[in-house]
Formats: sequence, C-alpha cells, structure tokens
Amino acid sequence: MTELHTPPYVVNIGPQHPSTHGVFRLKVTLDGERIIDAEMVLGYLHRSMEKLAEERTFTQNIPFTDRMDYLAAMTGNLAYCLAAEKLAGIEVPERGSYLRVIFAELQRIASHCMANGTFVNDCGAWQTPLMYMFRDREKILDLFEMTCGARLTTNYMRIGGVAFDVPDEWYPAIKALVAELPDRIAEYEELLLDSEILLARSRDIGVLKPEAAINASTSGPLLRGCGIAWDVRKADPYCVYDRFDFDIPVGHNGDCFDRFIVRLEEMRQSLRIVGQALTHLPGGPVSTPVPLALRPEPGEAYARIESPKGELGFYLVSDGGPTPYRFHVRSPSYINLSVLKDLTVGLSIADAIVTLGSLDINVGEIDR
Amino acid sequence: MIPFLDAWYDLRSLANPVRELYDWLRDNTADEVVYVVSAVIGAVAILTFVGLGALANVWLERRIIGRIQVRRGPNRVGPFGLLQPVADAIKLIQKEVLQPRASDAKLFNLPPILVFIPAMLTFAVFAWAPDMVYANLNVGVLYLLALSSITSLAIFIAGWASNNKYALLGAMRVIAMAVSYEIPLVLALLSPVLFVGSMNIPTIVDWQRHYDVWLAFLLPMPVLIYAVAATAELNRTPADIAEAESEIIAGFHTEYSGMKFGLFYAVELVNSLAVSGIMASLFFGGYSLYGLDEWLPPWLIFIGKIYFFYFGLIWLRGTLPRLRIDQLMALAWKMLIPLALINICIVATEVLLWRELELTDWVLAAYIAINAVLTVFFIGAFFRLITARFYRLPRRVRLVHDISVPSLPAPGAAAQ
Repeated sequence: MTELHTPPYVVNIGPQHPSTHGVFRLKVTLDGERIIDAEMVLGYLHRSMEKLAEERTFTQNIPFTDRMDYLAAMTGNLAYCLAAEKLAGIEVPERGSYLRVIFAELQRIASHCMANGTFVNDCGAWQTPLMYMFRDREKILDLFEMTCGARLTTNYMRIGGVAFDVPDEWYPAIKALVAELPDRIAEYEELLLDSEILLARSRDIGVLKPEAAINASTSGPLLRGCGIAWDVRKADPYCVYDRFDFDIPVGHNGDCFDRFIVRLEEMRQSLRIVGQALTHLPGGPVSTPVPLALRPEPGEAYARIESPKGELGFYLVSDGGPTPYRFHVRSPSYINLSVLKDLTVGLSIADAIVTLGSLDINVGEIDR
Repeated sequence: MIPFLDAWYDLRSLANPVRELYDWLRDNTADEVVYVVSAVIGAVAILTFVGLGALANVWLERRIIGRIQVRRGPNRVGPFGLLQPVADAIKLIQKEVLQPRASDAKLFNLPPILVFIPAMLTFAVFAWAPDMVYANLNVGVLYLLALSSITSLAIFIAGWASNNKYALLGAMRVIAMAVSYEIPLVLALLSPVLFVGSMNIPTIVDWQRHYDVWLAFLLPMPVLIYAVAATAELNRTPADIAEAESEIIAGFHTEYSGMKFGLFYAVELVNSLAVSGIMASLFFGGYSLYGLDEWLPPWLIFIGKIYFFYFGLIWLRGTLPRLRIDQLMALAWKMLIPLALINICIVATEVLLWRELELTDWVLAAYIAINAVLTVFFIGAFFRLITARFYRLPRRVRLVHDISVPSLPAPGAAAQ
C-alpha cells in the first residue's frame, strides 16, 4: 500500500481572525490540521510609541503607557511613573502608594477576567464565561470611572503619586466588590475546573518546560504556570507590596490549564491585597508636587513591576532635558509570545488557538 | 358551500377540517385535484411551521442564551424583542452577496438551497397527531437517516466550492464527523425500531401510547447516544467543529454573506427542531402525554416536546466549550459505537425473550429496571475510562508564600 501524501499548505491565522486577540498574525504551515511550522508576523499595531516618547515631556508620556497594554492601563502607568520617579529621585506619599497598589491590583483582576474569559472562548465556549467575567470587570471599570473619569485608558498615575484622590462614593463600592468577588471566583472554579471538556482541551496542551520558560525570559502567569514561583511583587518589591500578606499561585505542569488556574487564583490573591490595603489606607496627600516640565539629572533608570501579563519594565535615559533621551519598554506580552512557535509546532490548529489564548498577549503592548 | 360535520371545529386534530375538505372534493371534483390539494395543504402547513419555527428559534436562541449569559438579549425591536428575527432577516437580505472570484460559481450557489431541502423534508414523516401525518412512510426512520446524510454533502460542497482554506478545513471536518457519527446515530435509532418492530413513525408513537411507556424509559442508553450523536451532527457546540468560530472563523460558510449565509443559519435552527422532533417521536412518546392528549391538542403536545428538547440544545450551546476534532472522533469510535453495539445486543435479547417466550407485558417494567442499571454501569465505566487522564494532576494551584530570590552580584561587581 502506498502512503497517502498530502502536500503541506500555508494558512494565515490573522491579522483578522476572531481569536488572535488584536491584529496579530500567525502564519502556519499545515499538514492536514497539524502545524508543522509557524511564523509570527508582528507590527500591525505599531504606533512608534518609543520614538514618539522622546519628543514629549515626562508627564506627557503617561497617556502612551495607557495605550500599550490597553487592558491594563493602570499597571502601564505605574511602571512608567516608577521609572520616572527613580530617574528624578521623587518620593511618593504613603497614600499615593497605597492607591497605586489598590488600582494596580484591581487592574490585574480586570485583566485576568478578560484573559480567562477569552481563553475559555478560545476553547470554544459560546461567550458565556466571557460574559460572566465581563460582569465583574465592569464593576472594576466603574471604580476607575468614579476615580478618574475613564474606564479603559485611565491616565490615572502621575509622576510623584496619583492624579486624584478617590471620591467618597468609592469606598462603599469597593468594599462591596471585595466582599462579593471571592464568591464569584469560587463560582468560576466550580463551573469551569470540573468541566471535562475544558480539561480535555487545555490539560497537557501547550506544555512549557520550566527550563524553556526561563531561557525565553518569560514571566507572569506563563512562568508561574510552569511551577516556578517568581513574582516581582515579592522578588523586588515596589510601592508598598512588602507590607502585604499574599501568596503566589504556581501550576504543576506548565500547560494551558495551569496558566488558566494560576490566573484565577491570582484574582483571589489580588483581592486579598486590595482588602489589606483598604484597611491600612493612610490619609494625607496623594502625590508630591512635581514641576510640569520635569528635568531629571542626566542618567538612566529601569523600573519593573508585575503587570497582569508578566514583568513590565521601563528603561528611561535622561540627558537633562525635559524629554526622555531614550524610552524603552520591556513588555511581557512580547517576550512571552516568543515561546509560541515552540509550543504550537506539532499541535493542531485548535490547540494552537487555545495555546495562544492561554499566553494572554496584548498586541498593543507587543507592537507599541 | 362546503358542508362541515359537527367535529370540524375540534382543533385537537387539525386533520378534521381538512378531511371535510377532502370528502367534499372527492365527491365533486376529479381524483387528481384531491391529490394535488392534499399535497399542497400538507406542504404549506409544514413550510409554515418550519418558517415560523426558524424565526421563533432565532428569538428564543438569542433570548435564552442572553439569560444564560447574565444579560437581557434582544429587547428593542417590538415587544420583548420579538421582531428581532425579522430585523435580522431584513438586514441579511439588504447585505451584498459576495462571491469569491476563485470560487466554483455553480457549486457555490447550490449548497444554501441543497442544505434547506432535507431540513424541511424531515418534518414530512412526523406524526403530529393520530391522523396528522403528511407522509405515512413505512420506512420513516430510514428516511430520516437518509436525509441527515444529504446535509453533510451540501456542507462539504459549500466548503469545497468556496476555495478558501478555512472553508476547506471545515468541510473536511464535516465529512470526517459525518462518517463517524452516522454509525452511533443509526445504531441508536435501531433500538426503538427493534423494540417496536416497525420503522413507521406513527406506529412507534402508537406503540408507546398503547403500552403507556415512553421508549426513553425502556431504552435510556440509545437516548443518550442519540443526544450526543445528534448534537455532533447538528454542528452545534460542544461539537460545532465545522464552524468553530474561534479556530477556523466560520468554517464551511466563511465565504457566504447576505441571505446565503442566512439560509445556512436558518437551516441550523430548523435542523435543531428536526432533531428534537426525532427525539420526541421515537423516544418520548410523540404526541402522546399519558392521557393528556385526550384534552390538549396532540400537535400542541408534540410541538411542546420539540421545544423542550430544543431548549436543551440551547442550554448546551450556552454552557459547554467545544471538543477538538480528534477528541470528538475518539468519543464516537471509542465510546459511542461500542456502547451502541452493546446496547443493540441487550435490546435484541430483550425483544427476543419477550416475543419468543410470549411473556406478559409486565416484563417491560423489569426491562426498565435492568436497562437503567446497565446504562448507568456502561456509560459510567466508559466515561471514567475516557476522563481518567484529566485527573492525574490536581486541578487547583499550589500556593507559595515566600519565594527565594537568587542573590545578584552587587552593582559594579561585574566590572571588576
């Protein structure tokens, strides 16, 4: 019997595809449904932010950081402000730091809601988990709106603190949220983690070995899913994270399911941090006055935080002028994405989509 | 003026007024007219049900899925959004019908029509009431199975003619799935046929009414097998791999737009009704409802049952993720087909004992108990076998409180 020969063919997944989470393009060579080669094509959302930032003052650059990871604008703000403060040697008041932590953690929950919802969507659910998680994300976005008027591109943090203090109606709203969300997360675990179909689709799919994860310099839930306990909040505490008691969830196997459950648990841990920060929220000013045209001493600074997607770092160089001489972003999505080819080659299309979904990339942050 | 009998207004069977008309026509016109008129009346009735059913299903599907997804669903067009399907249809008709230049023009236009015909023909053999049967086929079940294969062929043509790689992937998946799922489907439907000893659907319904027991209680295993296999054949989640929005965009109908897409969409909804109808007729007593059919119009009971199962399909779509194609195949070949074969052996033995030993009808009660136990045992065993590997690793994360940070060299140390 002669062997049946099927020629490989190329399929473009994206840039316009329901599951590429933005305008990301994956060029796959298929043998039947099996992927034998994958090539990532980036740059569809390139807005030249790093170069544009060199023409704007330090304060004017904050809105750019909203639009990098537009699903986690607060953490983008925070990382940039920390770098600029490090560069200019500015101290942030207690209350400012606490508010930063609260909003960064709320943003993490909102981003993980989105990531987990779209992940189950990629596994083929008919939008239902996404809608459930959007319900919770909406409440967090309402809190953002109450505080700074914006829901998505918040532009809330400032060099030296945060832009506004929280309004009075914010306190009951966030207390209600902190009381309610753990039940919701327990509900998601009950509904999703016992689902045989979800297990069949994500268990042992897209397994990332711990060594490979470290070699590729991945971070965030992708790295923790492999079983490596690494979190910038604990390893290199910024703001006031060293004052809070929280745990780092790690996975067992490094597969898509592990990344999913790590994100679910991180939502719960973030709520713990928010609860503690609310209890100990000090009074006082929320920011240090900083000149509008900030002129840091010539030098360089790198600040990193644990953004929802991983380690987000900003590298700033000042030549003494009002604008950064160099503005570079270490975006976690871009670096986490680099393992995609190794993960997907050999899988079927359906698994590749699930794997891509489990990486939780944001193209705004990749292309910048 | 047509002389009506006293019973014509008895809406428990819509056949009454129609029979009046036939009798009058037979007395007053040629035989050909009777044939043509009876054919037209039945066809119009079925088309009306299918057409209105498709519209109602659009609304139901969107409303119920909306409720499942903690949102309201369409509620702007008309009261409770009831006119939403009409608005959808108008939108689809207005849209430009695009046709890829590289597509096979003739074949490309064929499937939207070809796919609709078997969907509507299915309803011809259903028994809506004791004497409301459009086509009283003695091979009704075989006819249903034959029709369900045509749909797969039409979908394959659509995928092939589009000349699109996603459509082709969808088409290949459809063929692979049709080949696999046809077998458990046929074997599952064979059980009621064996038990009743007829392929005629009104006979099967009558049998259930006569013995006062739904075949679903007697044969729980084929009910479950049929439910899974039919969901797979229907292309709905959790088995919508031929469309698989998150993977291959829209699968076989990626290139179809406007009303051509609308037809595919409508067919899916009509086919869901057809599958629910088969389920209701063969396993759940058709129009009978334990004596209640004396009071309620039987056709209303039948439609109610159809929509009961249709609700189940919507519920499944709203809650379950999708299986991968090879997992779906494995489910068919490794679980459903062996189960269906085991089931056929059990059913055949039981029927043989009942007929040959001329047991009393009370043996049915024993069969219900035996089959329930066997179903739980076999399905449980297969399910455990298939899902065992998922529980190898814990499904909850490990929590780490303190992390060890490797000590970095002091700043400037590297320079030395």
